[in-house]
Amino acid sequence: MGILEVKNVGKRFGGLQALGDVNLSIAENSVHAIIGPNGAGKSTLLNCLVGKLIPDTGSVTFDGQSVLGRKPFEINQMGISRVFQTPEIFGDLSVLENMLIPCFAKRDGAFHLSAFKAMLDDKEIVERALHMLEEMNMVDKQDMHAAALSRGDKRRLEIGMCLSQEPRLLLLDEPTAGMARADTNNTIDLLKQISDERDITIAIIEHDMHVVFSLAQRITVLAQGTPLVEDTPDNIKGHPKVREAYLGETQTV
Amino acid sequence: MLKLNKRDTLLFVIVTALVLLAPFILNPFPQGSSMAQMFNAGYPDLMQRFVIFGILVIGFNILFGLTGYLSFGHAAFLGIGSYAAVWMFKLLSMNIIPAIILSMIVAGIFSLLIGYVSLRRSGIYFSILTLAFAQMSYNLAYSVLGNPASNYNLTNGETGLQLALNDPRILDGAAAANGALPVTNLFGLAMRDSFDWNIGGWLFTFNAGYYVAGILMLLSFYISIRIFRSPFGMMLRAVKSNQQRMNYTGLNTKPYTLAAFVISGMYAGLAGGLLSSMDPLAGAERMHWTASGEIVIMAILGGVGTLIGPIVGAGFNEYFKNILSKINDGVLHQWLSFLPDGLENFIVGILHYFVGKGWHLTLGLLFMMVIVFLPGGLVEGGQKLAKLFKRKKADTPDSKNTPAE
Repeated sequence: MGILEVKNVGKRFGGLQALGDVNLSIAENSVHAIIGPNGAGKSTLLNCLVGKLIPDTGSVTFDGQSVLGRKPFEINQMGISRVFQTPEIFGDLSVLENMLIPCFAKRDGAFHLSAFKAMLDDKEIVERALHMLEEMNMVDKQDMHAAALSRGDKRRLEIGMCLSQEPRLLLLDEPTAGMARADTNNTIDLLKQISDERDITIAIIEHDMHVVFSLAQRITVLAQGTPLVEDTPDNIKGHPKVREAYLGETQTV
Repeated sequence: MLKLNKRDTLLFVIVTALVLLAPFILNPFPQGSSMAQMFNAGYPDLMQRFVIFGILVIGFNILFGLTGYLSFGHAAFLGIGSYAAVWMFKLLSMNIIPAIILSMIVAGIFSLLIGYVSLRRSGIYFSILTLAFAQMSYNLAYSVLGNPASNYNLTNGETGLQLALNDPRILDGAAAANGALPVTNLFGLAMRDSFDWNIGGWLFTFNAGYYVAGILMLLSFYISIRIFRSPFGMMLRAVKSNQQRMNYTGLNTKPYTLAAFVISGMYAGLAGGLLSSMDPLAGAERMHWTASGEIVIMAILGGVGTLIGPIVGAGFNEYFKNILSKINDGVLHQWLSFLPDGLENFIVGILHYFVGKGWHLTLGLLFMMVIVFLPGGLVEGGQKLAKLFKRKKADTPDSKNTPAE
């Protein structure tokens, strides 16, 4: 059984059946990509996994526990971290502070009232944050305003923030959308390194086939709210149904 | 020192010095001179207001400055604190300690209830909800709970809640024996006691109430610095910056914002309790929405989200309010007497609308100018000046070795 099990999930918005009957199993410590044309329901599915949406039917279990009805912060505390399409960081705070926050959240939980201790005196947390910044090659930028970072650095910071929580499942929503080629390749290398070095499961929603085929061990193709096929990248490339539905007859990959 | 970093320690020492030396600083002109009449501000009543409103705005800044939640009803907690304190003077003792403690507790309970409901929404809807609650409190105090004929006369309506000779005052009821109302005190030290020091032409007044309130303001300021530098303070700034990321980082924003709301409500309660301690009379007008608006204005004037901003804003507002309302046509004529009569009358005729009773107009213009030119408040103005000064210094030949930018 996979670490994340999605069973018969359906979601309807008014007259639109966004998700039909989705079954998905993501194996532990794998990199699993979900691809599909626009409107296939990729983002709806993702939002059902993190608690932003509650599916109408079906069940979603993470490590044997249901996530349905839990709020995003509770699901995060279970061990699922999410990286957004446009980097969601704390723009008004310094880079170091951005990294301190998830470290505090990991150690102290969803709410902890420590109003009289200076945060920089918390050596354990500061060390952990600096260590993570080092891994992301951002130590020299720790005093910068996070909003002033480049797009690629914001993405690195966001991924670093998620990793500092030591999640068991990392969800990425089009992590390279709108990035220059060089930044895209850097992100691919970073994600590869993360999946090689850590006990972590990565689920990635992506448009960019280059990214998908360089990273994923398994790929699920979603079309019109239902999974069309799930297989290894090599098999997906040659799959006639996928070519027809998504890649287009003439495109070579 | 005091577990603060170097910069914060320096700031705290400066503020402490200003508070302790305020009777000198605010009375720069010799007693009796016309300048003194106009610009001296070193009398007990006004100095007390400086520090008490300082406390109020420091607390407001913990909510608005850190989390970005703009409460438009903070005067309600000020008023509730005032009433609670006066009730303590009526029922228990004229000592200000129990009064202040009760006003903080009652304001804390009210802010917990109001905050719990209001914080279900954010942005403008949050502001409207707090405004609605504050106006409800105002109306409750002004009429519903203030009917002198009813058995539940908590606030004494329009007249305001005040002391009476036949109040129980369980702990020190005997004080009323000589037929005069007892005075508020701190273990016997009356709040209205002052020590006057006449030196040269100057008169400096050291008022007990001012120093009690001043020391409490320093304590409030110190706590606010600690909160700003704590993980809790960082979480509050994170709420302002990106709530979505907070939720997806496993943090529950609700208790953070509620804690900030209650803390700032208790600061307001403390300020209200102190106002009553200086003058044991509480009226509903303290809770009116214009009073809430004034808190917002003071916070923005000084610089939202900065440590020192609230104190600067409160001081600026109270000082100019006091000066502008003192200037009248007679004073204007005296100042402009060097002009030809026609011109003098014309200018006085125009300025007439900006001073005396028209002080709102001038303060409004000053406020507009600060918002337009210094969106970061007066603190930003100070920082700009400091930068200018530094750059000038850097231009001097001494520092030609510094590399060009």
